[in-house]
Amino acid sequence: MPLTENIGEATINGLAYLGDLAQLTGNAARAVFIGPFRGKSVSFTRAVHQAMAVGIEALPIASLISFFIGMILALQGAYELRRLGALQLVASAVAISMTRELGPLMTAIIVIGRSGSAFAAEIGTMKVNEEIDALQTMALEPVHFLVAPKFLAMILMLPCLTTWSDFMGVLGGALFGISSAGFTLESYLRATIDAIVMRDIITGLIKSLMFGIVITAVGCQEGFSTGLGSEQVGRSTTSAVVKSIFLVIAVDLVFTAIFYFTAPR
Amino acid sequence: MATELIPVDQEDEKPAGPAIAVRDLRVRYGEREILHGINFEVPTAETMVILGGSGSGKSTLLRTLVGLERPSSGEIWIRGRNFAALSGADRDDLLKKMGMSFQGGALFGSMSVGENVSLPLREHTELDDVTIGIIVRLKLDQVGLSGFENYKPAQLSGGMKKRAAIARALAMDPEILFFDEPSAGLDPIIAAGIDELILKLKKAFRMTIVVVTHELASAFLIADRAIVLDKGVIVANGTMTELRASKHPRVRQFLDRVPEPEISEEMDYLQMLTGETPPQRR
Repeated sequence: MPLTENIGEATINGLAYLGDLAQLTGNAARAVFIGPFRGKSVSFTRAVHQAMAVGIEALPIASLISFFIGMILALQGAYELRRLGALQLVASAVAISMTRELGPLMTAIIVIGRSGSAFAAEIGTMKVNEEIDALQTMALEPVHFLVAPKFLAMILMLPCLTTWSDFMGVLGGALFGISSAGFTLESYLRATIDAIVMRDIITGLIKSLMFGIVITAVGCQEGFSTGLGSEQVGRSTTSAVVKSIFLVIAVDLVFTAIFYFTAPR
Repeated sequence: MATELIPVDQEDEKPAGPAIAVRDLRVRYGEREILHGINFEVPTAETMVILGGSGSGKSTLLRTLVGLERPSSGEIWIRGRNFAALSGADRDDLLKKMGMSFQGGALFGSMSVGENVSLPLREHTELDDVTIGIIVRLKLDQVGLSGFENYKPAQLSGGMKKRAAIARALAMDPEILFFDEPSAGLDPIIAAGIDELILKLKKAFRMTIVVVTHELASAFLIADRAIVLDKGVIVANGTMTELRASKHPRVRQFLDRVPEPEISEEMDYLQMLTGETPPQRR
C-alpha cells in the first residue's frame, strides 16, 4: 500500500476513534447530568464505590510520588538558581510547576495506571463473559450502568486528588527548602502562597478535569472494544494505558497552549 | 399457519396470537448476510427448539430475537409489537417481559448470586429490600439453589452457574424465556437436570420458551416444536414428530448424525492443500 494511503487510513481511524470517545463521553455525561431529571439517576452506591477506587485508594501512592516530584523540582531548580544567587526563588519555581503542570499530569498518569487500566480490564472481562450482553437483555444500558458511575467518580475525584498532589509536591519542595535553602516551613509556605495566583490552580484543575474525562473514555472504550477470548482483555488493558497517556499529554498540550495565549500579560 | 396478530395496549393482557412471530428476518454482519429471510412462529406457552450445526446462524437468530443484533430487514413480533422497530422505553418494556439465559451463564462476577438475581428488580422496580430478598430466595429455590445467595459465581460449578443464570432470567417474571445452549459443557446428569427445570418452568408458569441447542436428546425431550437452520435458512419447521419424519437431506443428516462428506475430487483436495486455484480442467 502506498505511503499516502497508509497515512490517510491511519488518520481516518484516529478520527473515528476520537469520535467514539466523544460519543461515549456524551452518553455518560447525559446519564450523569440529564438522567436524574428523567428519573434515571446514576446509582449513588456505584459512584461512591468508584470514587473510593479512583480517588481515596490512590491517595498513598499519589502522595508519595508528588512529594518526590516536588523534591526533584526543588533540586533541579536550585541547581540553576544557585548560580544566579536566587535560591529563595526555589519555592515559587516548585509551586508554579506543580500547580500548573506536574501536579495534574503526574496524578493523571498514576490514575491511568491504577484506574484507566482497571476500567478496561473490568469492562473487557464483562464483554468476554457475555455480561455486557446480559445487561442489555435485562434492559440495562451498559453506558448508564457501567460508564456513568466511573465518569462521575473521575470528574469529581481527579481534581481533588490533583489538589492534594499539588500540596504534597509543595511539601516535598519544602523539605529541600528547609534543609538546604535557608527556609523555615512557615517562610517556605508563605513564599509558595505569594508565588501562585488563583489562575495557576484553576488552570491545573481544568486540565485535571479534562484528563479525567479522557481516562474514563479511553479505559471504557477499550473495554467495550475487547475482542473474543480472554487474552484480548490484556491487550485492551495495555492499549488503554498507552492511548490514555498519549491523549492526556496531547490534551495537556492543547490546554497549556490555550492558557498561554489567553493569559493576561 | 399464519395467525392474525392482535396489538395489545393493556400492559398485562396476553395477546391471543403466537408469542413470537418472525417475518422475513434478515441479519447481516458487514457485507455478509447470516440469516436469509427467516419466517416462523412460536405459539404461546410452547417450547421451540432452534436446531442447527455450527455456523448455521442459530446463535445469530437468538441474539437477534433478544435484541443484541439489529436485523437488516424483517419483523419480530413479540406480544403484538414489532420488537425490531421499537426503541427507547417501549423496547425496554418488552425486554423486561423476556428473560435470557446465556451459554456461560454471564453472571456478574463482582456480585454474589443473590445480587445477580436482584439486579433487574433493583433497577426496574420500586420494591423494598425485604420484598426483593423474598423474590430472590423464591427464584433461587425454583432453580434448586436455595442457600447459595451469598456465593460468588466463581464458587459455583458449571451446572449451578446455569441455574443461577436461569434464576436471574426469571427475576422479572418474564413471559418468554430464551436459552442459549443450556446443556453445553455439562455432564449428562447435570444437563438432564437443566432439561427437567426447563420443562418444569413451562408447566408451572405457562412460559413460552425458545432454546438454541445442538443436543438432539435434549431437544426431543423438551421441545413441542423445532426449526432446523442450515446456512441461514430454515430447512425444517414443525412438531418433533413431523421433524422425525422429515425427508430433507440436511435434517436427516443432522438427526442421523451423518458427518459431512469428504472432498472426493482430487483436484479440489489439491487446491485445499495448496490454497491455490487449480489448473483448468478439460
